[in-house]
Amino acid sequence: MVADIGYGVIFIAFLVALYSVGAAIYGDRTKSAGWVESARRAMLLLWPLISISAAALIYLLVTNHFEVSFVYEVISRDMPTYLKITAWWGGQAGSLVFWSWLMSAFASLVTLRKWDRDREFLPWVIVVTSLTTAFFLALVVFYENPFAEFWRGPDGKLIADASGNAIKSMFAPMLNASLAIPTDGNGLNPFLRNPGMIIHPPMLYLGFVSFVIPFAFAIAALITGRTDDRWIRITRRWTLWAWLFLSCGLVLGSRWAYDVLGWGGFWGWDPVEIAALMPWLTGTAFLHSVMIQEKRGMLKQWNMLLIILTYALVIFGTFLTRSGILSSVHAFAESAIGPAFFTFIGITFVGSIALLIYRWPDLRGETEMKSMLSREALFLLNNLLFISVLVVCFWGVVFPIISEIFTGQKVTVGPPFYQTATGPLFAGLMLLMGVAPLSAWGHSSLKTLGRAIWKSVIAALVITIFLFFTYTANPIALVAFFLVAMVILVTLQEFWRGTAARMKAQSENAFTAFWRLVGRDRRRYGGYVIHLSMMLMAIGILGINLFQIQTQGTVPVNSSLSLGGYTVKYDSVAQFPGPDGQQVTRAVVSVYQGNNYLGDLYPRIDYYPTEKQNMTIPGDRPTLKDDLYIILVDWQPTSTNGATFKIFVNPLVNWLWIGAIIFLFGIIFAAWPDRDAERVPARSHHIHQPDANQTGAAD
Amino acid sequence: MNESTLSTPRRGVPLWAQIIIWVSLLALLGIVAVELNRSQQGQVGRGDKISNFTMPLFSGYELNGQNQFNLADYHGKVVMVNFWASWCKPCEQEAADLEQAWQFYRSDGRVVFVGVDYVDTEPKARAYLAKFSITFPNGPDLGTRVSQLFRIKGVPETYFIDPQGILQYAQIGPFSSVDDIKSIINPLLK
Amino acid sequence: MSKMQNSKTQGRKTQNAIALPILLALTCGLVLASQPYQKVFAQQPVPTPSDDQVNQIAHQLYCPVCEDTHLDVCPTEACRQWRDLIRQQLSQGWTEQQIKQYFVQQYGVRVLDEPPQTGLNWLIYILPPVIILAGAFILFRALRMWTKPGSASAASGSKDETVKDEYVARFEEELKKRK
Repeated sequence: MVADIGYGVIFIAFLVALYSVGAAIYGDRTKSAGWVESARRAMLLLWPLISISAAALIYLLVTNHFEVSFVYEVISRDMPTYLKITAWWGGQAGSLVFWSWLMSAFASLVTLRKWDRDREFLPWVIVVTSLTTAFFLALVVFYENPFAEFWRGPDGKLIADASGNAIKSMFAPMLNASLAIPTDGNGLNPFLRNPGMIIHPPMLYLGFVSFVIPFAFAIAALITGRTDDRWIRITRRWTLWAWLFLSCGLVLGSRWAYDVLGWGGFWGWDPVEIAALMPWLTGTAFLHSVMIQEKRGMLKQWNMLLIILTYALVIFGTFLTRSGILSSVHAFAESAIGPAFFTFIGITFVGSIALLIYRWPDLRGETEMKSMLSREALFLLNNLLFISVLVVCFWGVVFPIISEIFTGQKVTVGPPFYQTATGPLFAGLMLLMGVAPLSAWGHSSLKTLGRAIWKSVIAALVITIFLFFTYTANPIALVAFFLVAMVILVTLQEFWRGTAARMKAQSENAFTAFWRLVGRDRRRYGGYVIHLSMMLMAIGILGINLFQIQTQGTVPVNSSLSLGGYTVKYDSVAQFPGPDGQQVTRAVVSVYQGNNYLGDLYPRIDYYPTEKQNMTIPGDRPTLKDDLYIILVDWQPTSTNGATFKIFVNPLVNWLWIGAIIFLFGIIFAAWPDRDAERVPARSHHIHQPDANQTGAAD
Repeated sequence: MNESTLSTPRRGVPLWAQIIIWVSLLALLGIVAVELNRSQQGQVGRGDKISNFTMPLFSGYELNGQNQFNLADYHGKVVMVNFWASWCKPCEQEAADLEQAWQFYRSDGRVVFVGVDYVDTEPKARAYLAKFSITFPNGPDLGTRVSQLFRIKGVPETYFIDPQGILQYAQIGPFSSVDDIKSIINPLLK
Repeated sequence: MSKMQNSKTQGRKTQNAIALPILLALTCGLVLASQPYQKVFAQQPVPTPSDDQVNQIAHQLYCPVCEDTHLDVCPTEACRQWRDLIRQQLSQGWTEQQIKQYFVQQYGVRVLDEPPQTGLNWLIYILPPVIILAGAFILFRALRMWTKPGSASAASGSKDETVKDEYVARFEEELKKRK
């Protein structure tokens, strides 16, 4: 009954979404505000409808209705309630409903803003967002229905296909059929029962979904011919939030991999990770490039292309991870939604490109640059580098497909390719991060840049030489650390110069000057904080990639293993049931550095009998200097006679997570509206004091 | 003010650029479509012609004294191709049944059994074969070429090819009994 | 006026001439330097190879059966057998190259974490640098076109545009605040 309601409502939502698209197009063509308003209301109806369906699904999950196929697939009786709720996005069908729910929520948020100046955009924004929502709803309605149930024939036998797999159906497949109710479900994949994994998909989906909004406005701009940068100004904050969510999704996924997958790293360059990284790359390029359009009116065509690419990569990424196309030879889960995704991507991408080509002449801006070292030029170089990384990633993902088609040979493109190819590109981006803040809009020369940067360069060189003598002789590491130091110093210098200028001009003290400085231009200084946080994250990434050491060994109780100055002694092992139905094997190890006792760690193996799966949870000792990471190797027996441990020492990696938190603050700060322009006191001798570092106006 | 825009004529995207864009776009979509199609294909199905393949055989498990299996050599006979691996637990369920069926059919001369050891190591494979006293021809699927030909999705899977080289039956998963095997082969012998 | 422009042009040309090679050289240097720093040495026959030695090789191989899992972390029975196999081969004195070759022969080229540099596979290594260099070329040509001092009228024209844009921008900000 509840399942029927759930499906019925989703089906209605699908029809409403289609109506919304049609009404919006009709309303725009006939210049009828009434039809457009009707379309808008239809679109607003989507979120409540999908919420009802989602509520139905959650109800079914929480009350163990195993006759519903999705419930059977993702939960089991022994799971705690909160996990049953999060199982909503723990399987393909449910996660499609979740995607639609988020998409409709954001689309509704957009239409609730004031539209007075941009009435002509409204119909097309509705068309794009409703069309996307309709697509995902169509996938649910026609392909992956979470409400489909299991049935028995009138003879009581389970209705199944030739291989014995129960058939899932929304409606009774034959007369007098009744529901077949299994006693227990499969249970959620143990990997998904972890806090990091719980919020990682929602965060990623939020990022994907929110990038649809700038895309919708871009398409609206192209269709209506409003080729000025109005659409960019409207979506400026959306882009920032979209970028925030997507970045968080990526970081959370990395943290989860580090915490739970037990291979001592956080990014494996596997196709699913890359599928989520690619829209982030174009999104970051877009974030920078729109600033050029805002400040200098250039690159309108390029910005359109970037946002079109981002949307296409969002859908393409979702497609890659769901369609089975990237799986290895054991593609047990080819899904029928592959072709549907492919058609949707094909149509939307081809349509967007065609639209862009059509409007190409209207998008010509006043492209005039004074110098190759101006901020515009450097931002363009930034874009080139991001797109280059994208090319590397895309090619690495697509090449195995090409190889298989043309030579019949399956190849794997693994981490070495990506690391070698993207390393220098990221280094180039770091170099730019150090130079671009000092470059001015419009005009910069080697001399002015040199003057601004030489102190940081010298200081960074000193730091690098110091590291050479105390830490490492690895040339890549030294170059990388030099760049990191330079960027940090340049960025801090920017804060300092601005503060100092205010202190002198407004006679404020350092604290007030700093506060007012960043408050008046949150986007710029938030951006600098983001750059700083990226450098902290770079330190973490460099540390673990260049200096990680590991060892594995089997030791009996009271013996120890050594690595990197640490000694790990195996103390004891215990087995006991866990709170989630798992069987836990937990070892206690004590950690020493020399003769110093540092503490105990508890690496463990959780065995889930229903899914017959092991989870290796590391014992982890994080410090700023490094991370001691110990796992019990789960394919070897664990007893007091001998347990096999794998130990990693990951230098500097915790700077990655610290940087990520600061990153979060940086984006929130950058997205926050600026404080009101200051009311300059009447007696002040300055009417408007330009900042010392806003050299654009000084020209 | 707008001298610059007046002096440069309004140009769309030049034709050569459009051609490049559309061709590469269509090529990309084409490649993805082809791959999608392939990944949607299941295993080889009934009625498919099985192309010829060769496979080395473990020593001690040759067929007619030959240590290479060549499908073309057995045109005119019923060929049963069984995919297994020593690390595959369900394969053990059917191992004895397969050997029993082989003992039943080997003197007939019109039936050939060949076992394909999928992604395995020779010592473990031999131990498995010895454990179930398997005598029908077996060999390693070097480079996974044969399994790719049949597009198997897992092990065990067994394929029955009729004397004309056409696939007649695909068994996904282990057999439950010898009679099941016989009930598939017997019709093919008519 | 023209003399000043000429010297300015000269100055810009010089700075362009310096800036580009510096950036290019840095990129090339980084490409060359980013080759794997740690070289792998051939294994000598050892009595019982340690887990670390096995893992070092296993990490460069993918599990032939599982999906996207390196051989050193794969927990299945089959992978355990393969790691034992590597240990055995190491104790017999096989080199890393030989072990990898064996795995390729047995299970196909996909067990390697990089396509071997044969046949069509050179495409994977060639194409990204080609596309990136093409992109860089397009970019620099565009920059050159945009920074051409010839369109002096356009320069002043667009400077007005720029300034006008800034005023417009500030005006719009004011409007927004008043809403």
